[in-house]
Amino acid sequence: MDVAAIIDNLPLYFKGLGITLSLVSGALVCGMVLAIPIGLLASVRNPLIWALPKAYIYLFTGTPLLVQMYIIYYGTGQFEALRESFLWPVLKEAYWCALIAFALNTAAYTAEILRGAIEQTYYGEIEAARSVGMSKATIYRRIILPSAFRRALPAYGNEVIFMLHGSALAGIITIVDLFGAARIVNSRYFVPFESFITAGFFYLCVTFLIVWGFKLWEKRWHAHLRPRDTDAAQKVGKLPVSKPG
Amino acid sequence: MADLAASLDRILHHLFDNFLDGYFYPFILEGLLLTIELFLLSLALSVVLGMIGAVAKLSKSRIAQANAAVYTTVIRGEPNLVTIFVIFYGGQILVNNIGDKLGLGYIDVSEFIAGTITLGVIFGSYMTETFRGAILAVPRGEIEAGYAYGMTASKVFFRITLPASIRHALPGFGNNSLVLLKDTALLSLIGLQDMLFRAQQAAGATRKPFTFYFTVAVIYLILTALSKLGLRWLNKRYSVGVRRA
Repeated sequence: MDVAAIIDNLPLYFKGLGITLSLVSGALVCGMVLAIPIGLLASVRNPLIWALPKAYIYLFTGTPLLVQMYIIYYGTGQFEALRESFLWPVLKEAYWCALIAFALNTAAYTAEILRGAIEQTYYGEIEAARSVGMSKATIYRRIILPSAFRRALPAYGNEVIFMLHGSALAGIITIVDLFGAARIVNSRYFVPFESFITAGFFYLCVTFLIVWGFKLWEKRWHAHLRPRDTDAAQKVGKLPVSKPG
Repeated sequence: MADLAASLDRILHHLFDNFLDGYFYPFILEGLLLTIELFLLSLALSVVLGMIGAVAKLSKSRIAQANAAVYTTVIRGEPNLVTIFVIFYGGQILVNNIGDKLGLGYIDVSEFIAGTITLGVIFGSYMTETFRGAILAVPRGEIEAGYAYGMTASKVFFRITLPASIRHALPGFGNNSLVLLKDTALLSLIGLQDMLFRAQQAAGATRKPFTFYFTVAVIYLILTALSKLGLRWLNKRYSVGVRRA
């Protein structure tokens, strides 16, 4: 074990961690912004409306993220029109290409999660909303979306972890993220075990943090599903105390 | 005259380019065969490992439980790409160290075998979780009925628990196998000559990255669609006799 090589390069790993986190958070925010309208439209029961969003979801969930990243990073250079357009300063940067690929990819998975959650809405809730005279927009805003977000939360937590793990691909196209840092250390000292396992350890820690964060979030959003803590409720007088005998 | 030469040159270039393209499509399709073999073999391995892992997690032995827990937590907590690099590069050093001690000299680890084992090990951990849940979903009464007939524990497992759990395992199994299919693309990064690896070479030689990466994306889409059809058929078969609302 060559521990010294790893310790000397810890700053590089931490820098990589920063890049990884910025890529993942950027992709998640952009992905969510895209996913909400796409998921909504995909759940509408009119083929003219769901066709395009569903095709988008199918395209991006049916192909490897690596291929998508290659198409955006290398593939766009094939077209002269693109190379001369205002988009080129963005498309020639590896960082932005990775961010675009990750955002489009996570948008598709998130939209699919949202679509499923929206379609599972209990119909009685919608009927009740209609019977009190809510408009369609209000029903979406007040009834369907809040309960769909709640239902989507566990699956979305998974997707966030998958995005973190998928972001390691950025290290392939010259970006020095966590995985890129490990590749650099490996090529300098030829210590594949140590260098990649160190990166793996960093990813493991971030994964645990995400799992823990989502557990807290679920506790908040799923508070109504928790078994009632009768002892505490009785103490503050919210539940009637049944006296024995 | 110069004009004529220039246009002739252009035509020749065009012909040559298309000739090259035509040469590379069968070259990529050869990689398709490898991708499919890799997919099926590593899927089979992951099912075996998942079965062992699930049985270990549900066994009464603390040691088996702990081993299975470490296996699923570590592999599912770090990116698959990192695991692939650790097993492939680290494993190669390990094999050669052993080879040196046994006096066998340099052993070249085939990318195909290493890739199959790596993907099998990674997805075995995902399958472990799926199968564990599926086994727990089998009604306790069915297992008790088996014991009541005087079956041994292994007979109960193979005749009752296992067949009854397949239906519950199928949705998770389907998801895992679709992710596995897409993850085969990652092995191009360790030098396996799969579709993506060949597309990379074709893109380099013809300077048409978009054309070839897009071709690979379309092939993956077709593979995903075929797998989904197969999974739907399996699901139908194993849901015979289940009443639905």
